[in-house]
Amino acid sequence: MHRIKANCAKLMLPNEPLVRICALIGLLALALGSTHVNADEAAGAALAQKGAPGVLACVACHGAKGEGQAAAGFPRLAGQNQAYLEKQLQNFASGKRANPQMAPIASGLKPEQIKAVAAYYAGLPEWKPATATSPSTPEYKLGEILATKGKWRDGMPACFACHAAGGTGVAPHFPSIAGQPRNYTAAQLLAWQSDLRSNDPQNLMKSVAVKLTKAEIAAVSLYLENPAATGKGE
Amino acid sequence: MSNRIQDWFASQKQTRKFHPSWIVMVVVITLAVATVVWFSTQQLEKDLAQEETHPSADGAPLTTGHEQPLDASLQGTQASSDAPLQNGTPSSGQAESGLQRAVFVPPDPDSIPAGEFGDAIRLGRNIFNDTQTYARAYVGNGLNCVNCHLDEGRKADSAPLWAAYVMYPAYRQKNHKVNSYEDRLSGCFRFSMNGKAPPPGSKELIALTSYSFWLAQGAPTGVELAGRGYPNLESPAQTPDIQRGQAVFEANCAICHGADGQGTQAKGRYVFPPLWGRNSFNGGAGMSKDSNAAGFIKANMPLGQGGILSNQQAWDVAKFMNSHSRPPDPRTLKQ
Repeated sequence: MHRIKANCAKLMLPNEPLVRICALIGLLALALGSTHVNADEAAGAALAQKGAPGVLACVACHGAKGEGQAAAGFPRLAGQNQAYLEKQLQNFASGKRANPQMAPIASGLKPEQIKAVAAYYAGLPEWKPATATSPSTPEYKLGEILATKGKWRDGMPACFACHAAGGTGVAPHFPSIAGQPRNYTAAQLLAWQSDLRSNDPQNLMKSVAVKLTKAEIAAVSLYLENPAATGKGE
Repeated sequence: MSNRIQDWFASQKQTRKFHPSWIVMVVVITLAVATVVWFSTQQLEKDLAQEETHPSADGAPLTTGHEQPLDASLQGTQASSDAPLQNGTPSSGQAESGLQRAVFVPPDPDSIPAGEFGDAIRLGRNIFNDTQTYARAYVGNGLNCVNCHLDEGRKADSAPLWAAYVMYPAYRQKNHKVNSYEDRLSGCFRFSMNGKAPPPGSKELIALTSYSFWLAQGAPTGVELAGRGYPNLESPAQTPDIQRGQAVFEANCAICHGADGQGTQAKGRYVFPPLWGRNSFNGGAGMSKDSNAAGFIKANMPLGQGGILSNQQAWDVAKFMNSHSRPPDPRTLKQ
């Protein structure tokens, strides 16, 4: 065997075209491998933009770039962490998170489609603080205090204590809350208060939401729609 | 055998119809392609497995009792808004309510004065909340003061600064001498922050002292205020047990502190602090004593849900946390 190997080596080395072909085929194989990884996101993009039989396209409500729809309170999806998005879609499908709009859509998705569309939105650019100066109304200030410092006299930690400084989220369990339409955030906090939503791990959101007044929910939702760039949590 | 192959090889070569090196090339390419495919599937499986190791914990909500009032000592804390003890009027609330524990209420952050002293207070507050940035040179781990002293050092039963400030100077068994407040702060840097003490008179120590002094304004000097340190938990019915503690940890703590207790980062910064290992507090820190850890955990953990763990669970999980290795107590390293 040893001699065969040696012979082959001798034969192969001077034979440059063969080496080149070898390298070419190798590169081709590598390229194929990497496109395979991106296949998920490509399928997700198609699903998001065109939908599927019986499944409405995501862009119809969540915006062309996954930015959400402020007035209707449809959440921003772009840049959200993938595991969180997958879990929400699974929970919409199973009814664990009750939502009449999302339930039929999520139930129409196969597991690999859920993964693909979550990967697509996770890959879109996350929210960036607006360059314009942030409002300084008393309501916005109150929201800022709740988000960055909490309300410890009632045992409520800062939003950013778990959702990271600026509210950008901590994958996989703590979603990004920065740049979400205020109507969405407020609706979710109210839903946790009243047990309409209860798919939070370890009751973490419920225990926070019950410590907020209606006015505070409005304030913190307003703030989180456009958190100040300087807003650092603990 | 090898001779026959060699002959065949030579004859094939001479006919020039079929160059035998093709066989070698085909084998090599097949192997290369197989390796690439194998690697990418392996990677994909790893990614999938990683996602699955974080089970959505809401499948098993740990308890529904989190809205119930906390234990007696913490009820006192909640009652604080009824009988605030601020700006030097400690006795009235206590005398009237008898058993009820009045808790000192530190001033509002908006009332930090302008000017140079205000600047020192603000720097102290910044150091306290973001030690990694504002006192980087003196920190040897991934922690910030506020990790163990919640609400910027204001929260009762979480070793609040206002309660500590008024108890110094004091003799401490820990180093067998009378300690100034600066000495006490230096201890935090050496042990809890696993770093080195800022020099006496440094701007860091002056700023932290200023912030503490400001928080404590109106509090009586030398009086042990309710909510100081961490609550003393009664000894548990059963001897604290590491295995039970691990179960408590996995159900309540791992979601934030990580299954490996190493904390969780986002954008290169710890959002949830590491509980053991090289980026955590060292063996000389107060928190490395089970009694302190159990008291802190009972009163404050999970964050925003303080009081939901039983005393037994708090002792068990404290024991579990401190059963792991951490940087050694620097005092034991002295020659």
